[in-house]
Amino acid sequence: MASITQPSSASWDYAPAPESFRPEIAAEHGLFIGGAFVKPKSGKFMKVINPATEETLTRVAEAGKADVAAAVEAATKAQRKWARLPGKERAKYLFRIARRLQERAREFAVLETLNNGKPIKESRDADVPESAKHFFHHAGWCDKLRYAMPGGGEAKPVGVCGQIIPWNFPLMMAAWKIAPALACGNTCVLKPAETTPLTALRLAEIFQEVDLPPGVVNILTGGPDTGKLVAGHAGFNKIAFTGSTEVGKAIVKACAGRSVRLTMELGGKGAHIVFADAAIDQAVEGAIQGIFFNQGQVCCAGSRLLVEESIADVFRAKLLQRMQQLRVGDPMDKNTDVGAINSAQQRDQINRYVQIARTEGAEVLERCSGTIPAKGFWCKPTALAGVQPSHTVAREEIFGPVVALMTFRTVDEAIARANDSAYGLSAGVWTEKSAKMFEVARRLRAGVVWCNGFNLFDAASPFGGVKESGFGREGGRHGLLEYMAH
Amino acid sequence: MSNTKNDRVTVLKTHKLFIKGAYPRGESGRTHPLRDVDGGLIGHLCTGSRKDTREAVEAARAALPSWSAATPYLRGQILHRLAEMLESRAAELTQAIRDTTGASAKKARAEVDAGIDRIVCFAGWSDKITSVLGNQNPVAQPFYNFTSPEAVGTIGVIAPESSSFLGFLSLWLPAVCAGNTVVCMASESRPLPALLVAESMPNSDVPAGVFNLITGLRKELLPAFAAHRDLDGLIACANDKEAAGLREVGADNLKRVRVVAEKTDFTNEHAWEGPEAFRGAVEYKTVWHPMSAE
Repeated sequence: MASITQPSSASWDYAPAPESFRPEIAAEHGLFIGGAFVKPKSGKFMKVINPATEETLTRVAEAGKADVAAAVEAATKAQRKWARLPGKERAKYLFRIARRLQERAREFAVLETLNNGKPIKESRDADVPESAKHFFHHAGWCDKLRYAMPGGGEAKPVGVCGQIIPWNFPLMMAAWKIAPALACGNTCVLKPAETTPLTALRLAEIFQEVDLPPGVVNILTGGPDTGKLVAGHAGFNKIAFTGSTEVGKAIVKACAGRSVRLTMELGGKGAHIVFADAAIDQAVEGAIQGIFFNQGQVCCAGSRLLVEESIADVFRAKLLQRMQQLRVGDPMDKNTDVGAINSAQQRDQINRYVQIARTEGAEVLERCSGTIPAKGFWCKPTALAGVQPSHTVAREEIFGPVVALMTFRTVDEAIARANDSAYGLSAGVWTEKSAKMFEVARRLRAGVVWCNGFNLFDAASPFGGVKESGFGREGGRHGLLEYMAH
Repeated sequence: MSNTKNDRVTVLKTHKLFIKGAYPRGESGRTHPLRDVDGGLIGHLCTGSRKDTREAVEAARAALPSWSAATPYLRGQILHRLAEMLESRAAELTQAIRDTTGASAKKARAEVDAGIDRIVCFAGWSDKITSVLGNQNPVAQPFYNFTSPEAVGTIGVIAPESSSFLGFLSLWLPAVCAGNTVVCMASESRPLPALLVAESMPNSDVPAGVFNLITGLRKELLPAFAAHRDLDGLIACANDKEAAGLREVGADNLKRVRVVAEKTDFTNEHAWEGPEAFRGAVEYKTVWHPMSAE
């Protein structure tokens, strides 16, 4: 038999597969208050850029004090009537939103990728469909609130909600905040992140399309100052925040003097435990998804990889090999695995942490394929080997594509190390022994534990943290309770 | 309505059965007249037989594995699509109720609105049944222990005679929502709204065999439903005598039989849109799983 020389797989390359669709983006966006787009009373606008190219996409309003007051007034005015609407009527509005989001999915996916820098395959397959699912799921709750809590009787809304969301999943976070609030008869003022307001503003177009009553959702774009004004406004009955633990604590303090309900979805330092009896290739894939999904800019990222000592060398080799295959580059290319970091500021923070790791004695291992564009904000997928529990990168959230590799010898040690954190949002367990899996899951101090999987989300499943990762849940029956009055 | 309008002779329709996503005439070839409330002829109906019932049960059984395993989200979206399709036929459904019951326009329209809203309600139930009716059980042993509702299987549904739209929908919607497949017998005297619903099934993406509809005579079809060994449950609007027969014959394969009275108030939302609506449509599975560090 003649020998056939196979080309090395490393030499194969993908042809570019660019997403060609470009939604129209207006040159300027106003604030969405009382069902209409209005000019900001502040008179201020700010630039919104594409982090993969640094090109300006548009200008959006920067809401000031008078704008926040106007939005709160609109939401307050709309609230009683919205709450009095029978649940099955509210439901139909939410079903309409879900449907329109599904129908306009491509437009939203492209817009999200342009504004956030995440790979188009993620915005297309995760962000947008999950957002639609969230509206669909909560639409179904509107007329079933009395069954959400045993003995709950007629459910009452909390009232007017101020909701502040981050830039890592702009549309999905908007959906997570708005859908349950509306289902329970609340009205909202949503403050999207400074760098990623575009899909939330486009969602406002859908609200207009489906005739959502004016004032039920108001959207205020702006920077941290706008966020402070929202958090500090006395007109809110509830503040829901997703973002850093630092800002979360500041909001809790700012609200301390008022009787206001809070949901805090904050930072994390997710422990991802791989036992020697795990299906190792699946565990490697899980570890990859756990830290490189969305460039690692995920509060529940598996940023601490705890691997049983007996398989640590093999696991490390396989992990680095898999990292080498990750294609970094143009987020609009359908083959891209790792896109742009959302901002220069965030890129600098990631680089700073990698430098600290190096100084403290960790081995810095960068691996990837693809061509990193000349412009834009980028970080290579990075593994930090030899990290000790006392190292800064084992304790603080980096929020980027950087994973700390650590080892353990026993089940007790794995659990002790995993729980040795101020945070408690997510954790992962990989083992083929299911009794061990459930026992470890029981002993982990985290709001979400993924077994033989990672970064799993569903509208029907509650998500949220313990300890300094915050409190309150989003999704499912338990998330709903956060928007119902006691 | 009559079979002539002004000078034009109307096309007289024979409504067919709905089995496995198709509209057969029925194996026996029998038909009977469909009359309006004044006795005027407004069409013909296929008189479904025991053999038609068998065909329908076979279709329901074949559709069960994929429908019960479909994600609740998908089942919800399909039911919502059905509501979308019927919303645009609301006027036709209203007329059908008026023609066959003599109800006022307002009352008939209210029944149509309530029925379509009920479909939307169950579009929203599919991914919540487990959250509301299932739970983790705190057993005093080192085990995770879960109980979750599951579909019963294939369910025969005998629709009420008088509540020909809202009552008809109320009996089978929870079952289909929860992942069962159904064979429905339409109201013998007022089957028209049910037939219109069946006409909207294929373009609502409801997979063939999930919902089947038979028209015919109660005295023939009730015994056929009761005796069929491959129906796992019955949800039936029946009088005491009929109910006794359904239970007795149904006991041969231990059918779960839920009997609903003809005079039931189907507008009661708590009873027909709350968790109680799933009675007869779900059973419960408990899974034990050990916890151990070893």
